[in-house]
This record gives sequence, C-alpha cells and structure tokens, in this order.
Amino acid sequence: MTNLTSLPILSIVTFLPLLGMLLVLLLRGQQAMKIAALLVSLLTFVVSLALWAGWQAGEAGMQFMESLPWAPELGIHYTVGVDGISLALVLLTTFLMPLVLLFSWDTIHDKQKTYLALLLLLETAMVGVFVALDMVLFFVFFEASLIPMYFLIGRWGGPRRIYAALKFFIFTAFGSAFLLAGIIALGWLHFQQTGVWSFNVLDLYGLGLPANLQTLLFFGFVLAFAIKVPLFPFHTWLPDAHVEAPTGGSVILAGILLKMGTYGFVRFLLPLFPEPSQRFAPLLAVLAIVGILYGALVALAQKDLKKLVAYSSVAHLGFVTLGIFALQLESLSGAVLQMVNHGLSTGALFLLVGFLYERRHTRMLDDFGGLWKLMPIYAAFALITFLSSAGLPGLNGFVGEFTILVGTMKYNVVFAVLGTLGIILAAWYLLWAFAKIFQGPNANPANAGLKDLNLREVAIMAPLVLLFIIIGLFPNLFLAKINPSAQLVLDQLNNPAAITQYYQTQTVSAVEVGER
Amino acid sequence: MLQDLDRLGPVLAVLVAAGLIVLADLVVPRRREKWLAGVALLGLAASAAWMVQLIARDRQASYFSDSMALDDFTIFFTFLFIGVAGAVLLASLEYVERFGSHKGEFFALVLVATAGMMLLAGSRDLVAIFVALELTSITQFILAGFLRDDRGSEAAIKYLLLGAISSAVVLYGMAFLFGIAGTTRLVATDGGASIAGAIAAGDSGIRSALLVSMVFLAAGFGFKMSIVPFQMWTPDVYQGSPTPVAALLSVGSKAAAFAVVLRVFFEGFGADTFVGEDWKMMFAVLAAVSMTVGNVMALRQTNVRRLLGYSSIAQAGNFLVGLAAISSTSDGTALGASGVVFFIATYAFTNLGAFFAVMAIGNRTGSDEIEDYAGIARRSPLAALVLTICLLSLTGLPPTAGFWAKMYIFNAGMRADLVWLVMIAVLNTVVSAFYYLGLARQMYRGDGEPGEDLRPALTTQAVLVAAAAGVCVFFVYPIPLIEAAQRAVHAFA
Repeated sequence: MTNLTSLPILSIVTFLPLLGMLLVLLLRGQQAMKIAALLVSLLTFVVSLALWAGWQAGEAGMQFMESLPWAPELGIHYTVGVDGISLALVLLTTFLMPLVLLFSWDTIHDKQKTYLALLLLLETAMVGVFVALDMVLFFVFFEASLIPMYFLIGRWGGPRRIYAALKFFIFTAFGSAFLLAGIIALGWLHFQQTGVWSFNVLDLYGLGLPANLQTLLFFGFVLAFAIKVPLFPFHTWLPDAHVEAPTGGSVILAGILLKMGTYGFVRFLLPLFPEPSQRFAPLLAVLAIVGILYGALVALAQKDLKKLVAYSSVAHLGFVTLGIFALQLESLSGAVLQMVNHGLSTGALFLLVGFLYERRHTRMLDDFGGLWKLMPIYAAFALITFLSSAGLPGLNGFVGEFTILVGTMKYNVVFAVLGTLGIILAAWYLLWAFAKIFQGPNANPANAGLKDLNLREVAIMAPLVLLFIIIGLFPNLFLAKINPSAQLVLDQLNNPAAITQYYQTQTVSAVEVGER
Repeated sequence: MLQDLDRLGPVLAVLVAAGLIVLADLVVPRRREKWLAGVALLGLAASAAWMVQLIARDRQASYFSDSMALDDFTIFFTFLFIGVAGAVLLASLEYVERFGSHKGEFFALVLVATAGMMLLAGSRDLVAIFVALELTSITQFILAGFLRDDRGSEAAIKYLLLGAISSAVVLYGMAFLFGIAGTTRLVATDGGASIAGAIAAGDSGIRSALLVSMVFLAAGFGFKMSIVPFQMWTPDVYQGSPTPVAALLSVGSKAAAFAVVLRVFFEGFGADTFVGEDWKMMFAVLAAVSMTVGNVMALRQTNVRRLLGYSSIAQAGNFLVGLAAISSTSDGTALGASGVVFFIATYAFTNLGAFFAVMAIGNRTGSDEIEDYAGIARRSPLAALVLTICLLSLTGLPPTAGFWAKMYIFNAGMRADLVWLVMIAVLNTVVSAFYYLGLARQMYRGDGEPGEDLRPALTTQAVLVAAAAGVCVFFVYPIPLIEAAQRAVHAFA
C-alpha cells in the first residue's frame, strides 16, 4: 500500500486526459484518434480505481494529498486531495467519460479531432474541480471547464446553439465573478488574521469569521454555485443548453458539470460559513423544493423528450440540494450518493435520447409509439433507466432519494412531504413518456425500419445499468466511504474549532508529501 | 565617467545599431532593405548581452550623479523592452512591404523609441526623465504616421498635438517639484538635496503645491499610459497607425510610462509620506474611471483595432489598481508595486500576441472589421488560436498568465483595503468578457466561407507561437516572473 500512495495518483488521474488531448492533437487519422482518446479515458478510469483500492476505510478527512508551491508569494499552492465526497464524484467523472467517447464514435463527423480534444480537456478540468483543495486552483478548474463546454455546445450543437452556448457561458461566468471575489476576500481575511496569505481550503475552514462577513460571502458563493446547479430561479440556462448541446455534451453537462455546484455547497459553503449556512438553510431548502415541483410539472408538459429530461434534471438536482441543506447525516450522505445516481441515470437518459435521435432525427414524443416491438433491447435498457430515475426500490435512485427523505424528515416534516410529492410527479412524467414511446400502437410509418441497439451501443448502456443495480442493492459500498466525510462536514457546522485542528494535522502531512 | 558610460551601454548599443541602419540604408539596394532588420536584431542582442555582463560584474548603482539608476527595476524593464522591440521587428517583416523604400528608417525609429523607453525606466532625475520621454514620443509621432495615408496622418497629427500638450503639462508639474525641492534629482545617494528628501521632510505648507504637481504629472504621464480622461488619442492611433507601431505603443510605450510613474511617485513622492494617501487615492479614482469607460466603450466597437484600443485603456485601469494599492516595502512584500510590474510583463506577452494575430489576419484579409472575422478560424487556425488565448488572458481567465495578473492585482487591492475598487474591477472583468469572448466567438463561427488559406509568414508564425507560449507557460509556472517583479520593485526599498 505504501508504494501505491507514494505515487501522485490524483495528479495522474487529473492530467492523464490532458496528455491524451495532446496525443490526439498529434495523431492523424480518424480511427487512431478515436482509439487513442478512448484508451486514455479508460486508462484514467483504471488509475482512478487505485483511489478506491488504496482507500483508508473510515477515514473522514483528505486522502492522497499532494502539495506543490505554485505562486507561493500569494499563498497559492497546487494542493489536491480527496475525501469520501470527492472520491464519489471523481469516479463518476472517470466512469462516464469513456462511455461518452464511445457514444461519439460514429455520431460526430465534423471536426472530430477538436471534439475529442475538447472532451479530454474537459475531463481534466472536471476531475480538477473535485480534487482541488486550494481555492484558486479550484477556481482555475471551475473556469477551465466552462470553455470546452462552451465550444462543445456552440460548435456541435443544434440550430440555436450559439444562443444557448452564450447563455450558458454568461450565466456561469457571472456567477464565477462573485466566486473569485469571495475567494480573494477569504485569502485576504486569512492574511489579516495570521499574516500569511493562504487559499488552502483546509486553512480557511478555521478562519472563524464574524457573522455579518460570513453572510456577505455566503451569498456570493451561493449565487455562483446555485447558477451552476442550477437552483430555481437560476435554472433558465439549463434547458436551452441541454436541448442544443450534442448528446455527449448533454451527458457531461447533466452528469458531471452540474455536480460542481452541489459539490461546492458541500465542500465550501457549509464548512466555510457555518453560521449563515444554518441560518439560511431553510431558504435554500425551500428553493430546492420549488425546483423539485416546478421541474417536475414543467417536465410533464414537454413534447420534446430531451427537454423533458432536462427539466427532470432541475427536479433531481433540487433533491440533492434539499438533502444538503436539511443538514442531517442521512440526507447529506444521500445527497452525495444522489449526485452520483443522477449522473448515471440522467446520463443514461440523455444517451437513450441520443440513440433515438441518431436514428430518427426527431425527439418529439408524438413521433413515437409502440417501439417496444421494434427495438426490444433498447426498450429494456430504457425501462430500467426510467425506473432508476423514478426511484424504484432495488435500483440506485431509490437509495439516494430515500436517504435524503429520511434525513429531511428529521429536519422538517413538511419539506419531506413536499419532496415525496416530487417523487410521485417524477414517476408520473417518466412513465407517461415511457408509455408514449414504447407502448400503444406504432402509428408513425417512419418508425417502421428502426434498428435495435448495436453492440457498441449495448456496450455503452450495459455498464450503466449494471451500476444502477449494484448501487441499488449494495449502497453501503459507497455510503461507507461517504458517511465519515459527511459527518465531518456536519460536525464542522456545530463545532468549527475542533475540526479545524483535525484538518491542520492533515495539512502538515500534506506538506511533507509535497517535499518528498 | 567611463564606468557610467559602461552602465549606459545597453542603451548605447541600441542607438548605435539605429545609426548604422540609417547609414547602411543609403547603400543597401531597395530589394535588400529587409535585411536591415537583422542589424536591428543584432543591436538588441548586443544590448541584452551587455546588460547580462553588467549584471555578472555586479555593476548596479546610481550613476551620472544620480540622474540614472542601474538597479533591478531598470534591468527588468530593459529586458522587457528588448523583448518587445525584438518581437515587433520580427513580426513586422511582412508588414514593412507597405512602407516602400522607407523600411530602413522604420527599423531605426523602432530602435530609437526602444532606447528612449530603456532610458525612461532608468531615469531618476526630472530632466533625464523629460528628455527620455521626448525621445520616445517624437519617434513615435513619426512612426504613427508612417503609412502616410489619410487615416495614418490623422492619427499622427492627433497623437502629436495631444502629445505636445501632455509634455507641456508634465513640464509644468516638474517645475513645481523643482520649486519645492530646489533640485531635479528624485533621490540623492550622496545625502544631498533631493525631491524624495524634501517631501519626506516637508509639512503641510508645501502640500498644495505638491498636489498641483501630482495632478499635472499624472495628467502628462496619463497620456502615455492612455488612462481616462487622457485617452482620446488611443483608439484613433491604434486604428490609423501601422499595426506593428500600434503594438509597440500599446505595450512598450505604456510599460515605459508606468515605469516612470512608479519611479516618480513610489520613489519620489513616497508611499508613506504625508501625500502618499493623496496620490494613491487619485490613482484609485483614475483606475475605476479608466476601467469602466474603457470597457463600456469597447463593447460597441466594430473594428478590432479600436476594440483593442479601448481594451488597452481598460487594462491601464487595471494597472492603476496596483498603483493605488502600493504600500511601503518595509514589510517585504510590496504587493501593489510588484503587481503592476508583473501585470505589465504578462500584458506585454498578451497584447503583443493579440496585435500580431490581428496583423497576421489583416495582412491577408485586408480588413480589421469584426464582422469580417467570422469563421476566420477555418482559414487561419494558428492566428485565431493565438488571438483566442490572448483574449482569454486579457479577460483574466485561466489557463493564461492574465489570470495571475488579475489575481495578483486584486490581492494587492484587498490588501490595501481598497475593497470598493476591487469590486469595481471584478465587475469590469465580467463586462470585458463580453467583448473579448464575443470576438473569440466570432472567429469560431461556423458560417464563414472556407475561402483561401490565410497562413501567415514563417516569422510571424514564430512570434505568434512565442507570445501564446509565453502566456500559457507563465500560467503554469509563474514563480520566476513573480520573483523578478518583486526583485524589481525592491530596488525602491
């Protein structure tokens, strides 16, 4: 185990895709590029499994930490590390990426090299967001993820792609300006208190700021992350971006990019600003519930399947946010698990929409019907995925939503009841859409010659469905890693000083790693 | 005396090269005139080599009875100006075809302007500063009108008239300082009378005179720095003058102006003196106004060069945040001053890259209108990529050196308790993202007709790659540049 941890595994996982990008840019020949990109992403996934294998069970704090000076005069270091919460999201990222590349195998023909390069660049940025412990480093990755996504939507998207890409960019960039201001303010406050600049979040946890200052910074951070999630009423960019994005872009956007917002809530918002987090948690929980109900109701009214999935994302992310701000162990762990679940289920939903769109070049529900007979394999995968998204017991979605609701119940019964209403609505729109597409008579002659999934497409869906079942039946595999870290976040809310000490021992050991 | 001339060597090398070019221009046939750029580059190389051996022999000192200084600050800016001039010369090799038989004069004038900038960074005496300032200005007046077409002539005349007024204003401000201190020396290493000494020992009796002098000096130098409200010439000159000259003006001339402002205000007026807060507040207000006006005006530009003109006004506002945040070096950080220097260095790479990309595209398409940039990425992928990287850097987004520059200057602002100014700067960054990224978006729009390949000349390609590489490398590894900037301002401690 020692030789495993002495390798900078996190840096390898983060920057391997970047090397892959360079490789792709150097290669000639479509086939070689595609194979190289896929192999690199698979290799990244395998390396990221080393994090799982070398995990110290029961450890709540950061593991695999690395630290190198970057701009030390400003207190900025390259510091990375993972706890149970970020581990789940790192693995989600590295798992989804090969599937997205596999999906793009035959569907992207225009400027394939750039497309693959952007996807790999995006992977580095996304992994970086989840492992960065220095807030400036986090911001760098946070911003860096914007640019490839902007081009993915703006270049390979649908008819209104330019508008959608710009809206996506402006919304998020607006939020991140506040984030940057808040980050600098934190570094400055650290300087004022200790005489040293530091942007290491583990140092900043211990600031113990006055309440009014906390509140000010709290709302800056809330704005930045709420736009990203997106929390109602900041969600308006999401349906546009999703509908116009190419399928691969949608999968990544819904599956991973949105999680940066909720991850930001857990990693930064709660521990950095414990006082206002507790005071304003009901406000955010209410916004989350409005999002759950609003997203579900709007999804019910959609004619376009992709829009339906996009609005279902608003509802599902509402659940995650509710779980976070219920401030209970069950709900927080459940929220983290639900981030993963949503990444898998909604990613799968977008892929399913993509399969259909590639064949028929339409996503309108009215154009379909009775597909079950024509595409039985597709229908089987779709059924499991729809049920997973609707939260059927035995599948992954149930575990997340159930734990969130248990925690919320301890916090506020009304919130829990309203949340349950959201689950019912979700089952309604999902099963309604399923019935429209797969059941009933096939009235549209254009559907007659539809081919079922080929081997490549089955290879994309099978791992996803397998994970639905694994998480659904053995959630403790994941929850056991998430729980201690979630508990630590909550402890920090109630007793910041003690936890700070806990983290300081960690910081010291990280410095040693850096010097080795 | 001979030792002092030795210290002036890097400047002399450049001037000698300029003289040689003018003489050689008489005998070299017209077809071969381009080769004179080689002489110019050799002159710059000799200058750099001289500077390196001065450092190796440890010759740092105040010389010519304290009218010049060879310190880390001078060294930093000397290398910066050599680099800028070299890049401008290389990138202009294609452009100079438009100058007909005046290529030699162009190279020589660029060198003279560079020598003037190097002198400016090293001067610590009001007379020396003024002479160096005029040396740069007058050559740049000529360079601005080098194309001799309508637009170029208008630009040159505008630049000349406003420049002449600004020189007069500077001189008037200097006269007040001379009246107060009785000397033109900013500092006196021999313990004699100096401006810094007079201000440090002064009381409120000379305050009003100092304030007037301060305002006049800021106004005069503000013209060179192109800050609001002395910015009127900037968009016209950037649009009308030859593109390499615009690049030189936007980077070299601006950097030299900030260098001299750091000398006069940080070294002369002093950060801790009883007028320290006054001039810092003045620059804080100018910073806020410059950023806001520059960015808002840039939003509605349809010409790339005018856009870069207004962007350079806004960027000057960012530099000024650092000036406003200057604190004494006693605590060993001097975040504000080193922030300005660091920002200038990253800005040099960035803005040169941007101007060269615009030049490479304009050389081929013959247009600088933003609407003609649609789909340019297909026809000239390298220039489009470099321009995009530079635009990201100007916005202050990762992965570019511009990110550190913004970060650095904002940190300095927070440190100096200028929270309001940092907030304005952050909001301005958001505004600037609209037009910078709008231009980037325009280049990657899919609907441009494929058209013919617009690959720039090999030398231009090399400079483009070097600028973009600099922007990216200093993002990944900014430590050497930060340390150099900090060493540079410690010369004032």
